[in-house]
Amino acid sequence: MYKIEKENLEALFRKIAESQDLILPIKKAGQTNFGLWNEEEEADLDTLKTVKSGKDAFFPQSETLYTVVRDGKKLTVEPEALRNRPFVVFGMKACDVKGVAVLDKVFLADPVDTFYAARREHGTIVAMACHEPEESCFCKVFGTDAADPAADADTKGIADVAVWMVEGSLYWKALTGKGETLTEAVKELLTPSDDGQAKVDAEKEAIRSIVEKLPYTHLSLEGWDGNATDEKFGSSVWETLYKPCLACGTCTFVCPTCQCYDIKDYDTGHGVKRYRCWDSCMYSDFTMMAHGNNRTSQMQRFRQRFMHKLVYFPANNGGMYSCVGCGRCVEKCPSSLNIVKVIKAFEKHGGEK
Amino acid sequence: MSIEAKEEFRPKIVAFCCNWCSYAGADLAGSSRLSYPADVKIIRVPCSCRVNPMFILRAFEKGADGVIMCGCHPGDCHYTTGNYYARRRMTLLFSMLDFIGVENGRTRVEWVSAAEGVKFSQTMNEFVEKIYSLGKNVRLEDLRCRN
Amino acid sequence: MQELIARAKELLADGTVARVLGWKAGDLPYNPEAAYFETAESLDEFVYNGFCGQNLSKMMIEASKLEGKTLVCLKPCDTYSFNQLIKEHRVDREKAYIIGVGCKGKLDVEKIRKMGIKGIQGISGAELTDDCEELHISTIYGDKTVAYKDAMLERCHVCKGKEHMIYDEIIGESKDTKDADRFAEVERIEKMKPEERFAFFQKELSKCIRCNACRNACPACSCRKCVFDSTKFDSAQKANVDSFEEKMFHIIRAFHVAGRCTDCGECSRVCPQGIPLHLFNRKFIKDIDTFYGEYQAGADAESKGPLTSFTFDDVEPGVVAERG
Repeated sequence: MYKIEKENLEALFRKIAESQDLILPIKKAGQTNFGLWNEEEEADLDTLKTVKSGKDAFFPQSETLYTVVRDGKKLTVEPEALRNRPFVVFGMKACDVKGVAVLDKVFLADPVDTFYAARREHGTIVAMACHEPEESCFCKVFGTDAADPAADADTKGIADVAVWMVEGSLYWKALTGKGETLTEAVKELLTPSDDGQAKVDAEKEAIRSIVEKLPYTHLSLEGWDGNATDEKFGSSVWETLYKPCLACGTCTFVCPTCQCYDIKDYDTGHGVKRYRCWDSCMYSDFTMMAHGNNRTSQMQRFRQRFMHKLVYFPANNGGMYSCVGCGRCVEKCPSSLNIVKVIKAFEKHGGEK
Repeated sequence: MSIEAKEEFRPKIVAFCCNWCSYAGADLAGSSRLSYPADVKIIRVPCSCRVNPMFILRAFEKGADGVIMCGCHPGDCHYTTGNYYARRRMTLLFSMLDFIGVENGRTRVEWVSAAEGVKFSQTMNEFVEKIYSLGKNVRLEDLRCRN
Repeated sequence: MQELIARAKELLADGTVARVLGWKAGDLPYNPEAAYFETAESLDEFVYNGFCGQNLSKMMIEASKLEGKTLVCLKPCDTYSFNQLIKEHRVDREKAYIIGVGCKGKLDVEKIRKMGIKGIQGISGAELTDDCEELHISTIYGDKTVAYKDAMLERCHVCKGKEHMIYDEIIGESKDTKDADRFAEVERIEKMKPEERFAFFQKELSKCIRCNACRNACPACSCRKCVFDSTKFDSAQKANVDSFEEKMFHIIRAFHVAGRCTDCGECSRVCPQGIPLHLFNRKFIKDIDTFYGEYQAGADAESKGPLTSFTFDDVEPGVVAERG
């Protein structure tokens, strides 16, 4: 266990940024999102939840896959280089880390997504415990521990370093080989701490006792698993539930686990850039094919999102849900809809068909 | 600005010209052997009212340094009222572009009739000169369109 | 609220309306959602408080297609949007029974969070029957009291007034909440240098995640197929690149609603990134007012919009450059 004072964090960031890219929560025009840190940016580790999750670090909202360059009648295809420089993502919360575990299941399964894999290989995650969890949080429902990002079996080996902010000091613990390397690189700024473990343990207890008090912590997932397709899909509950949905993509874009993307071409006037960008199952052109769309009504699109998170994903991934309980959709949905309301609505109707 | 500097920067200028007056005006400029810089690329539209604000933004996106729209003089529109609507639209759009910080000299509207070949070439000369003085458009281009 | 529920039950019972469009209590103190109620029992879940900010007039587009009349609760500012939708033939006046509900300013939970208040368990003082001067917020981390005003949505500080523009009946008191000039912020930006303006918008718009919440919440954005959803040509960019896409989207979106936007403020309310999108709309409104005479979209359901009419002696577009 190491320790660094809060006022020295700037020096720590500078040290890390010397040799690699540093991505951390940055406050810009009043909102905090993960972004590339440099001296001019304002790091903000106090905001519990960034607007977007940290998934951009590994799966950016838009990325070019290859460029076609036209020179007279000749066309050349230039693939985009894979990530080959190391980088650090600092300040991901336990839910975000779990989100990466979900993305791994999708992108690292065969066939491996090379762009994603390269980023995972070169990225070091410094996960931060949630000092003051908020009312929209429900990570415990999915077995995530806000106090300790390494406590969850699904996330083992994903966070490389765990840090806790206690009384103005940051306690630092390396969890993996990559974490050790990073610790080694910034060692001159860290001081070994003897009472660190005791302080961190007390902090963990405090966090866990707050989590117990949160309104959503005892949400029941009974009835939601990979076998629930028939029962849930045909339910009439969806018919009223989706009504306020605006069909915007806010929930999908702030979600740490939504992984759908679209691939499109951008005409640059002298060639084509083929890029992929996040897509949202809430959009009417989602999975548009030559014959049209699979899902033609907003009810179907709305249902798809939650069925995917709570039924289809667990069915294909050994029971792992693709919701991590970060509560971003709870906070950001313009119509105040969210996955919790969906779960509760089914509870209330007792799975009535 | 010196001649050398001019050679380094060749602006791309898009001119939307209505079919009935301004395009004919450009023709007249040509047949009267009046010169205007080759940096101006004319796009013929049925009426100035056909110009969608998105056309103008797209032009900037793909690397235009200036966009000029030419139509019939108010009152002379082939479709009677098209240019009156266009006038309101462009006023608002240009004001918005100015509001978000795009230099206001990069956009212009000029009414050019089929008989005004001289005005057409003068306008284009002036406009190109203006764009030279403003330099490259960097505020509205899409970085992906750079080489 | 009890009066509202009682009246709704009456109208449901006598068959005047087939359903009620209002708000249903959420599971947190601040997240009621829009909902249809078809029975008297279901109305037990009905709420109307300071967090019912959503403009329901857009939902009337769908409700106009349903069998029977829909009772809809509209706040004073929502009625402007409804009028505008009538003008555009998007809603059916005959299918709506409008109860003009009182409004004492609507709240923004983001503003409460920005004050550093977290772990919210309960909020009192936001009912329409309260005097709406103070909010008492109980949280896991202790109790807080904040001025109602400080938690109000931006749009309520520049409220268009407590009069309903269109209604069948009015229930509930309203209050003047206006304490700022609608165009003050636009004027402040106009006074900046072009490069400062550019930097300001670049910073704000770079936060945009292209979620389309602003468009989908906007009552003026009622096209069946939006140009930004068209797969036929490359305007349907979902790419989030920090150079041009956001500017294009927001300028064009504001332009498409120019002269029709009632300044209801839904775009800014729903933006997950807190971008002051209303600035674009207000800039257009301000320009329309200066160039073509004062115009308030939605104040009536008949007048011609400023972009669908003209006069022979309108200002020339060059006025922008002359103005400097």
